Amino acid sequence: MKVQSNQFIPAARIAIQDIDLQTAVSQGTSTAFAKRQAGMFAHGHEHGQTLRQQAAAIKRHALNHLPDLLEQAEANMQANGIRVLWAVDAAEANRYVLDIARRHAVDAVVKAKSMVTEETGLNQALEAAGIDVLETDLGEYIVQLGGETPSHIVAPIVHKTKAGIRDLLIEKANMPPTDDVNEMTDFARETLRQRFLTADMGVSGGNFIVAETGAIGLVSNEGNIRLVTSLPRVHVALVGIEKIVPTVADYALLTQVLPRSATGQALTVYTHMVNGPRQPGENDGPEHVYVIMVDNGRSQIYNTDYCEALACIRCGACLNGCPIYQVAGGHAYGWVYSGPIGAVITPLLTGLENATPLPHASTLCGMCKEVCPVDIDIPRMLLDLRHELVQQGQSDTVWNVGMRAWAFGNRSPGRFGLGSKLAAKLSRWLKPKSLPGPLRGWTQARSAPRFAPKSFHQLWQEREKGGDNEQS
Amino acid sequence: MIKTERPSPKGKRVSLFVTCLVDMLHPDTGLSVVAVLEHLGVAVDFPAGQTCCGQPAFNAGYRREARQVARHFVETFRQAEVIVTPSGSCAAMVRHEYPRLFANDAALQAEAEQLATITWEFTEFIVDGLGISDLQARLPQPQTAVCHHACHGLRLLNLKEAAETLLTNTENLSLQSWDNSEICCGFGGLFSVKMADVSEAMLHKKLAHIADSGAGCVVTGDISCLMHMNGGLEKQGKRPCVRHIADLLADGIRGQS
Repeated sequence: MKVQSNQFIPAARIAIQDIDLQTAVSQGTSTAFAKRQAGMFAHGHEHGQTLRQQAAAIKRHALNHLPDLLEQAEANMQANGIRVLWAVDAAEANRYVLDIARRHAVDAVVKAKSMVTEETGLNQALEAAGIDVLETDLGEYIVQLGGETPSHIVAPIVHKTKAGIRDLLIEKANMPPTDDVNEMTDFARETLRQRFLTADMGVSGGNFIVAETGAIGLVSNEGNIRLVTSLPRVHVALVGIEKIVPTVADYALLTQVLPRSATGQALTVYTHMVNGPRQPGENDGPEHVYVIMVDNGRSQIYNTDYCEALACIRCGACLNGCPIYQVAGGHAYGWVYSGPIGAVITPLLTGLENATPLPHASTLCGMCKEVCPVDIDIPRMLLDLRHELVQQGQSDTVWNVGMRAWAFGNRSPGRFGLGSKLAAKLSRWLKPKSLPGPLRGWTQARSAPRFAPKSFHQLWQEREKGGDNEQS
Repeated sequence: MIKTERPSPKGKRVSLFVTCLVDMLHPDTGLSVVAVLEHLGVAVDFPAGQTCCGQPAFNAGYRREARQVARHFVETFRQAEVIVTPSGSCAAMVRHEYPRLFANDAALQAEAEQLATITWEFTEFIVDGLGISDLQARLPQPQTAVCHHACHGLRLLNLKEAAETLLTNTENLSLQSWDNSEICCGFGGLFSVKMADVSEAMLHKKLAHIADSGAGCVVTGDISCLMHMNGGLEKQGKRPCVRHIADLLADGIRGQS
């Protein structure tokens, strides 16, 4: 997917003016956030925090042992009859899928929701090769109908209102007009069901790969993943290399934390363990299962201070809790991943120069870290990325000069006092309605700060001179 | 959140770090801090060389500039027994970021780590440090209030309880619960000018919640959020109803005496 993250500021401005988007995102995120709070702490605050700590420890342990776990996972997947392929980048991952499609004479593909395939642009690659591809997650199906991209890791159409979805289904899928959500869902289900039965290949992502058993762990609420991974002759799973967990016990813990964090559910409606292709004597399941382990920039993060970003389990809680995401929406972030985690991994995976505004798309309020099920210190990483922007000369000259001047003033009490007096005088004489230069954004929505006639420094000095007659 | 063991500040002289914003924009809040502390029998001094903690530059990614100013802070407060500041954000800067900021200078880092153990935000100093949860404060007039827990104080220093304790124990003050009290107001330092549209949208949501709360005032522990919200209210032609907790408590002490 093309990176457009450098357009964050104008894109966010457009999103803020879009009333439908504001309504939909505000409602979607606040509902999900409230459900998360209720679900995560359903058995008390301590229980929820303990789950988080355990999840965080599992993912960090897994990252610490990632090279070994990847080898173990590969060996066990192969023992299960899964063919394992390693893709360095998006192009290689797509090439593998196309090779597999050709080998098995695939004409039609049904897809489960997968953010990695958004990274690689798989749908476009398949379509370019003349292969029919259909998204079967309800939200992703609507995204595909509208020619859009998902705006949220978990809720791809959180930016759309019910009316917008209805109009799209009528226009693009010939749905009989209705305002009833259940009727819309039924229509989509009917449409999709036919296609499951005729597809040659199912493509999914993977929430986890369990190293000790070589199983692919998947969670879903719609049942489409079960159909995608069991009906077609061929199943291909594209999975980021960071998705490995050591044991089934680890998987069991994480499958409780992920849905609690994403939707407030104790467990998703469907929890899958795909152990490989159909075995002799089994009645169903695909004949061939492939797992494509996708790097696409991840190994470059692995040996850096940003490694913990790879612990993300893609629950979307940081998006739902983020006050910036809530007003800017997901598309403003300009790539696959949005919200606080997107602001960190977009620059890391696609290059800092391609996403210079994103590290600044945060007030550092810390909500993202507070709600993260694996306790990723997103504010810390945003601060480090901001520092890198300055070091790489990717910051505006006006700020470079301004900061130097600010530091010059603030490392000397004399200059600080002088500056303070000057600011107070200017503030009183000019009574500015708006601030100059790069500060003018402030007065767009706020009155200009009024400097006090006497600073605390001066008041204290007077108090000391006049003896201690302050009321106490 | 685990609170690390820190030396008790009881009976020690307090060096006030008033913060650059209070110093220049709201010096009265500094006087309120002093009034409350002196009311509690605490000896307060004010190291005159102080400027800023360096956070504006640090948060913007300018670590060299932040380090220059932070070094000045360390030198200014070198002799302090206890540092108290009316800002959770600045206290968090000193306690969380200084040790990391001086990672390449062992001597300064050691000094910063020591400073971190003696630096307190105003309300946590009173409640956790001195062990006082009731100031015997009484507001001159009955008032309703909601709390805006400023983000850094809330999530980096866990300050929520201290502030609420002091307010709950203030007579004539009715502290209402508010589901918006832990939501960012959209300030974020330079964020407010770099991402002015996003910041403005966040601010307007916050102001709408303030109006919905029906409370007479919003109490917060950071002047930066106060400036942001009051500035927004003023721009809308409304009454700037956000107050610093030190000012409210000082009112209570004056009302009581």
